[in-house]
Amino acid sequence: MLWKSADYSGWGRVLQAKGEIARPERQAALAALLDDGLLPAMGMRRSYGDAALNSDGRAVDMTRLDRMLGFDPETGILDVEAGARIGEIAAAFGPKGWLPAVMPGTGFATVGGCIGQDVHGKNHHHAGSFCEHVVSLTLRTAKGVVEVTPEKTPALFRATAGGLGQTGVILSARLRLLPCKGDVMVVTERRMADWEEFIAHLDTSRATYTVGWIDATAKGAALGRGVLEEGETGSGLMPQRIKRRKVPLDAPNFALSSPIVRMFNGAYYRRVPEKGRTVVRPISDFFFPLDKIHDWNRLYGKRGFHQFQCVVPLDQAPALRDMLGEIAGSGLASPLAVIKRMGPGRAGYLSFPMEGYTLAVDFPDRAAARELIKHMQARATEVGGRIYFAKDSLARPEEIPAMYPELDLWRKEVTKADPEGRLATDLVRRLKLRVAK
Amino acid sequence: MNRTWIILGATSSMARAFARAVSQEGAGVLLAGRDSEDLAALAADCRLRGARIAEAVAFDARRPDGFAAIIQRMEAEEGELNAAVFVGSMPEQAAIDADPSLIDGTVTDSFTGPARFLQMLAPLMEARGGGTVVGVASVAGDRGRLGNYVYGAAKAGFATYLSGLRNRLTRAGGHVVTVKPGFVDTAMTWGLPGMFLVATPEKVAEDIQKAVRKKRNVIYTPFFWRYIMLIIIHIPELIFKKMKI
Repeated sequence: MLWKSADYSGWGRVLQAKGEIARPERQAALAALLDDGLLPAMGMRRSYGDAALNSDGRAVDMTRLDRMLGFDPETGILDVEAGARIGEIAAAFGPKGWLPAVMPGTGFATVGGCIGQDVHGKNHHHAGSFCEHVVSLTLRTAKGVVEVTPEKTPALFRATAGGLGQTGVILSARLRLLPCKGDVMVVTERRMADWEEFIAHLDTSRATYTVGWIDATAKGAALGRGVLEEGETGSGLMPQRIKRRKVPLDAPNFALSSPIVRMFNGAYYRRVPEKGRTVVRPISDFFFPLDKIHDWNRLYGKRGFHQFQCVVPLDQAPALRDMLGEIAGSGLASPLAVIKRMGPGRAGYLSFPMEGYTLAVDFPDRAAARELIKHMQARATEVGGRIYFAKDSLARPEEIPAMYPELDLWRKEVTKADPEGRLATDLVRRLKLRVAK
Repeated sequence: MNRTWIILGATSSMARAFARAVSQEGAGVLLAGRDSEDLAALAADCRLRGARIAEAVAFDARRPDGFAAIIQRMEAEEGELNAAVFVGSMPEQAAIDADPSLIDGTVTDSFTGPARFLQMLAPLMEARGGGTVVGVASVAGDRGRLGNYVYGAAKAGFATYLSGLRNRLTRAGGHVVTVKPGFVDTAMTWGLPGMFLVATPEKVAEDIQKAVRKKRNVIYTPFFWRYIMLIIIHIPELIFKKMKI
């Protein structure tokens, strides 16, 4: 059948939708489908909130249009369909000495999704955002199929990069891959005793890939403690094979209660020896640590979870420290918390990155957590920061223009590309992104 | 070992997953089907995943005139020749009830078309002294049911054909694997009500590869369908004829 009636959700499972989904397996089938009018496209639905939801409407699942169409080893440019997953590209090209220039925290993200959110990776401070490595893309707009490039159609490109799928359905893209030494990572892990040490190391790290795990339950003198991971690609060393696991059931709520999380975090921190260590890991293990555990979102139980992620300018590190202090004081955080220093690279009007520090913390869905996240979002806005649409399920429309000063430019292009508003998603409606005031 | 697979019905998602899996092992793939644009995309994908060669080949189960050219193309490849058959069509039973002439096409797509092709290929495989035929039949062929008995009958015919072909090719050092998938997450089953324990095409491809390596004769994928079908086959006809499953 063409249409499947489905109940579906984003990765966080809190926001849900009911609607009809088509999943074409050939470009001809997709083209025929869109001849009747544009539809919001979705990939693997790894966005946490409602970016890929269209309640009471129709949507097109792109995951079966996932082929690599061509590669030029002279330029490193890969032509690929929008439904292809980043992890698949890395697995096919890593052994040949190439990697996607930017890889998000999950290899399950599709190329189309990475463009729609202009995602960043552990090398953002050097390489910039995903769409800065997009040479061109083919986009099905209300006017038909157009080729979009940063040079020839700069406004449409900037509205599409990080544009939440509102300019059209991305059919394929040409990505500039980055040469790498091989398909293993040499990773140095070091304990960071507190916030000051962490920030100092993030500021001075010279590594190509850097990311910090932070203990969002540590308070007082230990506030901001964590583990800094610095990675470089390497070759010739055989890391142990990864064992994939599944989460068979929704976990009970007490699994993420405060004492258990505190205990886990303490152990996780001390797992790294006091003097640090250097280990060799498969590429996928370093870039996509949680992909080993299929459906790990079920660990949060039926209620689902939220991720709060914000970025604040460099000079607002103390504000971010205070925010972390509030999170630690609340005892609501889960073990998943990440800190990173970002560079200025961003490709679109609504791209998330800015030069500064980004903090991401997961919370099981509870009333107190929702209140805390809303408070954090207000704080981030006050200090000139912004929140990430890929993670959000709680922001309010009035906060967005201050966070995203180029919103009106984006709106102008979106109105041109999809005048009837057929591509609107739950996120776009919730945050009134397309409604100009 | 220089290995080449002809994959009939290569635009289906199970075939795509299988083509990718053998490409990763460095085999050559000839991707046969009707949608040449789609096959060209898959061929490019297979090459980038490691296929020695990957080419689109025009194949229509209902046009046997084109078969000889494909066999010739295969003959040009040195080494072991293999075939995997994923073709088949399943019109809704109600559509067939309304227009019985649809039976002809269903049987041609799911049985006689691919059987005729394999019959032409068999002497070549015998001459090379090896190779494997993977034939995708269906659990629907194990017992005729109200919902899809024409499709089931065609697949049952194909399974019987494969059994005979196995008997023949084994003598020449070849092998035939009959694959009976249960519910697989493909365009054919997308949105159908009553689906359960649905397998991904990748899982099916993995099972097929394992069966080829181990020279299994008949596999159900996922494996538990063997037991589900065992039960269904053994329901007495007296009862079964009144059931609606």
